[in-house]
Amino acid sequence: MSMNNVGRPTRPETANDAARGHETLTGNRGLLQNEALIFERDGWNKTGVDLPEAAAPSSDLAGLLRAEPIGLPGLSEPEAVRHYVRLSQKNHAIDLALYPLGSCTMKHNPRLNEKMARLPGFSDIHPLQPESTVQGALQLMDRLAHWLKTLTGMPAVALSPKAGAHGEMCGMLAIRAAHEANGQGHRKTVLAPTSAHGTNPATAAFVGYTVVEIAQTEDGRVDMADLESKLGDHVAAIMVTNPNTCGLFERDVVEIARLTHAVGAYFYCDGANFNAIVGRVRPGDLGVDAMHINLHKTFSTPHGGGGPGAGPVVLSEALAPFAPTPWLVHDDNGFSLVEHAGEAGAETAFGRMSAFHGQMGMYVRAYAYMLSHGADGLRQVAEDAVLNANYVKARLKDVMSPAFPDGPCMHEALFDDSWLEGTGVTTLDFAKAMIDEGFHPMTMYFPLVVHGAMLIEPTETESKQELDRFIEALRLLAGAAKAGETERFKGAPFHAPLRRLDETLAARKPRLRWKPVAAAPLAAE
Amino acid sequence: MRYLPLTPEDRVEMLGAIGVKSIDDLFVDVPASAQRSGTVDLPLHAGEIEVEREMAGLARRNRSAGEGPFFCGAGAYRHHVPATVDHIIQRSEFLTSYTPYQPEIAQGTLQVLFEFQSQVAALTGMEVANASLYDGSTGAAEAVMMAHRITRRTKAVMSGGVHPHYVETIETLAHAAGVATEALPAAIDAEDAVIAAIDADTACVVVQTPNVFGTVTDVTKIAEAAQAAGALLIVVTTEAVSYGLLKSPGEMGADIAVAEGQSIGNGLNFGGPYVGLFACKEKFVRQMPGRLCGETVDADGKRGFVLTLSTREQHIRRDKATSNICTNSGLCALAFSIHMSLLGETGLRQLAALNHQKALALRDALKAVPGVEILTPRFFNEFAIRLPKNAADVVETLANNGVIAGVPFSRLDAGAGLDDVLLVAATETTLDIDMTFFVKILTKAVAQ
Repeated sequence: MSMNNVGRPTRPETANDAARGHETLTGNRGLLQNEALIFERDGWNKTGVDLPEAAAPSSDLAGLLRAEPIGLPGLSEPEAVRHYVRLSQKNHAIDLALYPLGSCTMKHNPRLNEKMARLPGFSDIHPLQPESTVQGALQLMDRLAHWLKTLTGMPAVALSPKAGAHGEMCGMLAIRAAHEANGQGHRKTVLAPTSAHGTNPATAAFVGYTVVEIAQTEDGRVDMADLESKLGDHVAAIMVTNPNTCGLFERDVVEIARLTHAVGAYFYCDGANFNAIVGRVRPGDLGVDAMHINLHKTFSTPHGGGGPGAGPVVLSEALAPFAPTPWLVHDDNGFSLVEHAGEAGAETAFGRMSAFHGQMGMYVRAYAYMLSHGADGLRQVAEDAVLNANYVKARLKDVMSPAFPDGPCMHEALFDDSWLEGTGVTTLDFAKAMIDEGFHPMTMYFPLVVHGAMLIEPTETESKQELDRFIEALRLLAGAAKAGETERFKGAPFHAPLRRLDETLAARKPRLRWKPVAAAPLAAE
Repeated sequence: MRYLPLTPEDRVEMLGAIGVKSIDDLFVDVPASAQRSGTVDLPLHAGEIEVEREMAGLARRNRSAGEGPFFCGAGAYRHHVPATVDHIIQRSEFLTSYTPYQPEIAQGTLQVLFEFQSQVAALTGMEVANASLYDGSTGAAEAVMMAHRITRRTKAVMSGGVHPHYVETIETLAHAAGVATEALPAAIDAEDAVIAAIDADTACVVVQTPNVFGTVTDVTKIAEAAQAAGALLIVVTTEAVSYGLLKSPGEMGADIAVAEGQSIGNGLNFGGPYVGLFACKEKFVRQMPGRLCGETVDADGKRGFVLTLSTREQHIRRDKATSNICTNSGLCALAFSIHMSLLGETGLRQLAALNHQKALALRDALKAVPGVEILTPRFFNEFAIRLPKNAADVVETLANNGVIAGVPFSRLDAGAGLDDVLLVAATETTLDIDMTFFVKILTKAVAQ
């Protein structure tokens, strides 16, 4: 019998049998309530807001008015509060514990940033009210731009992209515009390493390029020979993630930039992992032409269950003139915006990424975070992020198999599944068993270049004590897997709000909304 | 550095466990020439008091909408958001969670997304909706790309009533992907003119209702004409509250409905973050961009929710994906969904009627101003007026007198020759005294 770190027996049969023998009568689990959909409550005539009565709509709109019911349920205020709070209790969050998803950078979200973003001077201003009435907001954008340019060593930045992938699109559109302006519009190929984040090839294809993959070396870096064989005057750009998705620094990055520039192509860097080097390395010194920065990752804005994010793009001298509108300009009268491509000052802009100026709410949070850390704190951020990842790797390397055991990693520790060989336990099973032990799983099966990948990103805001708890849990689980306790893994999770979910059924019989007619319950076949 | 929990002693101990002497040993893969010693030329770390002082100083230099009479719309609207909404979205478990990749411990987010999809489908009158896009404008661009994939045709026709910023956003993406666009000239009652522009290359027709001038249009005939020609109809809405009063895109035959959802649950935020609503006919679901949440069961047969049909997405199909989107607007979708639940059908209809009533009152008030002409024939909560002077100048004069009067059309499209046109909006937050004051100052400004 194995014991956990507080000395209690953790044999799966114990927990499992006990749970099965005592199914609850209601389906609720302890204080965790089952929660019906808002559509399944008796709320068709309810509302949780008090509004003044309004007159019947004007006759000008006759024939344009809705005739049929919309089909929207309503909740009174107490019911709404309870519904959403109950649902919230079924979520894991960084405020509860470590959230070691690789490539996602789940770090502490300071509440000061939330407080600042809610100042009416930022949250209650309209994107098109007179510029004279939003000078503080424009100045904040200017200061944010200054910090981003200084930290990256790049001369220009486009703030408007709304997320990392949107930033990639912005960078690639600037590259495309530059080529077209220089009579190089025939370049239709973009190179991307096999380890690239899926957004890289998706973005290149979306803006009209053909994607060619570059192989990876055994030590997890861009294969320089393969790169050289694929470079040529048909290549528009290379997209490299650095530090890459294996959690490694591309040692040859300066040479990659040189070779890329030598054939007249541009170097796009996926900056999703900038927190590993911020304050220590400036991408501008490496030869980068364009790089997006996920403000929500490096400068901590809450991920909110999947967004919103923000993805400003820093640009080299060569690409700066091709940035999208709007542009911020400054003269004796203060700050103003150049809103449209073709206007004075934006003759070569490729256009607009979205309706307004980007994610102001995220700019405020990121800027507050930057001020809090300062130049010294941000350098410490990179060092602690890298230290934490290497610590995890060092303390697990004897029980799990690091994908690239030689040399340090950057801010992420990557393992493959070779250590699970013969146990009957898969990466997925292992991840689900982690849930039972109270930890959110790492990223699984990514990057694709490593078999059964497990990518752990602890981030710089984890304490040594929390890392030790996490490491201890993984060591216990690894021991259990190797001892043949497969039941613990195959059936996991046993203790989460729900057991393992049938994702195949969801894809095979898509049910994407509540339907008013009672449908037969979904069942696994 | 209060956000960093490692102590100097921890760091020494951890370096020892790793088997290196100093932190620099962990950065050996970085070329020495690119390593910087010391700190970059930026201020050093600041405490909470100092940060608050600096941020508050910047915030004070902005005139917030709540400070007085305010009439801006044009794609972003000031509505009252119940306190409950912001309270719930700030709960840690929603605010600080990630994309729900481990569904067993993310049912909160997933059930909300399923409810959100159901609400959006109902509102738009469409069969299916996704779990949100960045905003209405990028949603419109994605819709055009989706129509291109479905029809394999290469032209998008956009009505002269589509918000000019949406037109520019669509053009940016469409041109990169080799899709031609034909944007018809700005016109106040423009929607029917698009029928004549449809040809055999047309992948989609993009119309907006209420349009950028506020005009409400029944687009049923455009839907019929587009579909008869083998094209899809994309209906864009920038004011989601209008769904409470007006026929839905689905009722009028839309193939894809896209909207800006900011109006429900989300503040103005100087343009973002917002939330894109995106809905379509079920037969197109596998070409839909972005994220989808679906119902399923767990190992015990209990109902649960998961992200699904991910074979359309970038992390699997890479260069064949239906979009490159990774992060969406999950938290803004949550805010939308909570506010929508609080309103319910009853509250939404009442809110919409109230908005319309306020706009009618504003029209009647402005009609009385000498030299002002009401241009929009039928509207929801926003309309265009013609001034006897340059609208941007008038807006600046009024701003100096404490009234944020609206959006000059030239701010959206400087080349349309509509420099005397002003877009004005009223919502439930517009008070009678705001209108009275507006009329008084405007009367003076146009008479000078």
